Amino acid sequence: MSKVTMTVNGRERSAEVEGRTLLSGFLREGLELTGTHVGCDTSQCGACVVLVNGQAIKSCTAFAHDLDGAEVTTIEGVANADGSLGRIQQAFKDYHGLQCGFCTPGMVMSTAALLAENPKPSEEEVRHYLEGNICRCTGYQNIVRAVMAASGQEAGALAAE
Amino acid sequence: MYNFDFVKPGSVADAVAVLADDDAQPLSGGQTLIPSMKARLNAPGTLVSLTGIPDLVGVCRESDTLVIGAATTHAQVARDAAGDFPGLAALAGQIGDPAVRNRGTIGGSLANNDPSACYPAAALGTGATIVTDRREIGADDYFQGMFATALEEGEIITSVRFPIPQASAYAKFVQPASRFALTAAFVARYASGVRVAITGASENGVFRWAEAEAALSSNFSADALASLGCSPHEMIADLHGTAAYRAHLVGVMTRRAVTAAG
Repeated sequence: MSKVTMTVNGRERSAEVEGRTLLSGFLREGLELTGTHVGCDTSQCGACVVLVNGQAIKSCTAFAHDLDGAEVTTIEGVANADGSLGRIQQAFKDYHGLQCGFCTPGMVMSTAALLAENPKPSEEEVRHYLEGNICRCTGYQNIVRAVMAASGQEAGALAAE
Repeated sequence: MYNFDFVKPGSVADAVAVLADDDAQPLSGGQTLIPSMKARLNAPGTLVSLTGIPDLVGVCRESDTLVIGAATTHAQVARDAAGDFPGLAALAGQIGDPAVRNRGTIGGSLANNDPSACYPAAALGTGATIVTDRREIGADDYFQGMFATALEEGEIITSVRFPIPQASAYAKFVQPASRFALTAAFVARYASGVRVAITGASENGVFRWAEAEAALSSNFSADALASLGCSPHEMIADLHGTAAYRAHLVGVMTRRAVTAAG
């Protein structure tokens, strides 16, 4: 066990972890930030996506020690300062972009990464960017609508699948 | 996953020194290694991270060659190679998904040499040079079969040198669950001739399709491949596709790549 320190959601946080501790474990067990979900644990589903130094990664497929010193944003860090839902969260709520909610933290974090590099994505770009985030409830239509709305674009006109 | 000691050296020399231990293994982006460690298919005593070595990261043009540091992520290659070598950048942008591309590296992909990975097709399809901590290996000598390469124990890739082609393209028939190639073709045209490398199809890993290279070198068009067929002998057969299906895809994807390269 040795100490790993990261800036998580703007605060410096440390925990004693093993070599094999994944970033997802550092966040969930080390820091008790359980908003980051672990779905498949094989880097397929994307429920565990967080931002590391501004880039979306799968926190189940990176070692905490490898990210010592990194700046991390998790789902706990995306609400507004007054505690109200952030823009992307609000859009997922408004457009019913979730049912059970298990995949939602990863969807929201991937969306944050997408909109940071492409503020007005096309529907096709949204679908392409989210292909590493799997939802087993919604069929994606409302997720894509929510992302379009979060980017300030018309969300109602998407073709039905 | 079994526990291990984690070390993160700051130089290639330090990494090579730690890797001299038989029980030590290099870690690059970890997008294949970490899942295989979780499955206990791999259990190193010491894991040596290569992502803290600044010399191993970056994309840099040296006249007609594009040099890519081994620990450069797929996302960075997709971004930084787009101007000099768009065929390679497009290939990098089709690997996995965005989160995987932000971690996975070119050196990790080539060292692993998965028979369905994308990068081996670009390296073999351009006749790239694999530069390691101790020597330079031509792509034709580097790939030695499924998951097998010319790398020795403890030898690490430091960069890859790609001769920039006049035109190139990668055509990938994606296996949607894994996002690896079910079969894919990389085609590159040089003044000296055309190279064609196929990934995802053969039980022996990435290979050059010599008959297509000869046909395309005299006539660089999809029509030149019309009468060529690839033998299903030693092609991969699994629940996603038979050997005959993959052999058929070799022709289809090569023609698409030629058309895309223009």
